[in-house]
Amino acid sequence: MTNAPAPSISRIAGAFARARSQGRKALVLYLTGCDPDFDTSRRLLLAAARAGADILELGVPWSDPSADGPAIQAAMRRALATGGGMRAALDLCRAVRVANPDVAVVLFGYANPIFVRGTAKFAGQAKQAGADGVLCVDWPADEDPELAQALGQQGLDLVPLIAPTSTPDRVKAAVAVAGGFLYCVSLTGITGSQLPNLDETSARVRQVRELSDGRLPVAVGFGIATPADACAVAGFADGVVVGSAAVRVIERAVNEGRDPVPTLEEFVAALRAALGPRIEKP
Amino acid sequence: MPALEELTAAWEHFSREPTFRAELDRLLREYVGRPTPLTEAARLADHVAQGCRLRVFLKREDLCHTGSHKLNNCVGQILLAQRLGKKRIIAETGAGQHGVATATVCALFGLPCEIYMGAVDVERQSLNVFRMHLLGAKVHSVKDGTATLKDAMNEAMRDWVTNVGTTHYVLGTVAGPHPYPTMVGELQSVIGQEARAQIQAATGRLPDACLACVGGGSNAMGLFRGFLDDPEVRLFGVEAAGEGVDTNHHAATLGKGRPGVLHGARSYVLCDDDGQIAEAHSISAGLDYPGVGPEHSYLRDSGRAQYMAATDQEALDACRLLARCEGIIPALESAHAVAGLPRVAEQLPDGASVIINISGRGDKDMGTIAKHFGAEVSS
Repeated sequence: MTNAPAPSISRIAGAFARARSQGRKALVLYLTGCDPDFDTSRRLLLAAARAGADILELGVPWSDPSADGPAIQAAMRRALATGGGMRAALDLCRAVRVANPDVAVVLFGYANPIFVRGTAKFAGQAKQAGADGVLCVDWPADEDPELAQALGQQGLDLVPLIAPTSTPDRVKAAVAVAGGFLYCVSLTGITGSQLPNLDETSARVRQVRELSDGRLPVAVGFGIATPADACAVAGFADGVVVGSAAVRVIERAVNEGRDPVPTLEEFVAALRAALGPRIEKP
Repeated sequence: MPALEELTAAWEHFSREPTFRAELDRLLREYVGRPTPLTEAARLADHVAQGCRLRVFLKREDLCHTGSHKLNNCVGQILLAQRLGKKRIIAETGAGQHGVATATVCALFGLPCEIYMGAVDVERQSLNVFRMHLLGAKVHSVKDGTATLKDAMNEAMRDWVTNVGTTHYVLGTVAGPHPYPTMVGELQSVIGQEARAQIQAATGRLPDACLACVGGGSNAMGLFRGFLDDPEVRLFGVEAAGEGVDTNHHAATLGKGRPGVLHGARSYVLCDDDGQIAEAHSISAGLDYPGVGPEHSYLRDSGRAQYMAATDQEALDACRLLARCEGIIPALESAHAVAGLPRVAEQLPDGASVIINISGRGDKDMGTIAKHFGAEVSS
């Protein structure tokens, strides 16, 4: 039993509300956990939050990332080589939470590391680690409600990926068990691809809003690489997700033997500046 | 997911449509070379039975065009892709047999074909890589992960989700997301249907046991499907034990794995406590997969089929045994099934009959086999 009052609003909902109140869109930043190693990754995640990321997607390294492009595949390889995985990702989440009680964290990964733990045990561990939500690429929530239920029991959000090809019925089914926000994929393809024609993406976001009765904010990701891309997508989405481009910033610094933290921080600040009028100074 | 729903609906429709069936049957007969024979292997039976009465029959998928059962599936899926209006075909391959079969049918239908193959397999199956090139296919060498079959599947899936509007993915085994396990199993079930009729013609009754190797499990499922509803026919699958199931170098997913999720299916997988997929090992590239078809997992758990494992050495010995007893050189995959015969025979009554699926011929493995028997061949 805990005496602390339950927060009236989740960190994820709070992040979108705060962005809205500041007249801007939310920045969701994906980094692969433990890339290139546990401690650097911890510093990178905290730096990203400091530079203005509202929500951190902490990528859980997996051996077979079939939805990811070359940049995140390489990040996962670097992470796995230094002991990354689900266990380390949970530890990393806890370390970030200890240092930053406010930033929203979504664990982003694949089904097998969750499945082998058991959904209830995993949800408990994620909660204890201070996560706010989970996104699982290859767990169709409408076909198997087990994960959504286990997360729900811990008060964690299940964030769905909504593909451009998802039918209205499937979008509705995904929304029915979703929490936090809806992650609209900009393109048919893998992470880190070229950003497509945004007219279609914009129309898709409108459609997803209608299908979900505006119940949750809609973020758009896949292919958003530059502040200009982020600015364009912010024209119609509630949040903008940047992943592969941030991972490439880290990769370049690591390959050149530099500490990746300052350059990532600079990159995130530029993305954040592109999203709206005011930047909060602490 | 919508692509899988489209494929599921299309397969349910066309697999029952008379003109589709007729065209598939015609291609199986005139192009693939079906029905394949059921050959009695009397000298092999004598060698194994050691005084007991045992009849062994070989289902000769090695005599299919392109040298393995893989073509049965490719012909059906590419016919379906045509009905769906897909203009481009992709596939993964391990040993290269499925890649060759896919490239073959694409050549027949004039469709562009791209094959994903792990870099390690490209190296050890160079003959099949050349065959695919000769057939006009483009072969992508996949260097990610362990650079074997599972990584080739990951890369094929990435291509498919990117080009899903124009492209059909011909998955080669009874694994992966639905409808693939069902569809591939149904397309391969021609093996079991023929074998059932052939053994009844030969012996006047059903066999006591069926025996097949299991990687992903398509040739085994093809044979088993002919006998699933006959409880008196015992079903045995042989996985690759590699250097031994107690080492870290094997592919005995059903024997040593645990339930997990890989490539969109919930089935047994080889993985560690953290959920990271383990590297599988087998001398035969076609069995070198850390997952297995979900129907095999079901048959294992329900007890309908039993699974065992044969080591690299046992498979090599069985390959030589079949060559010398019967004049048939099996693929190293199929040699695993032959290696399981003594253990199956022990469990059967005197006078029993057994069908072994010889899923492919061994020509592609000559380099590997020669190396292990201390000979040099130039390929």
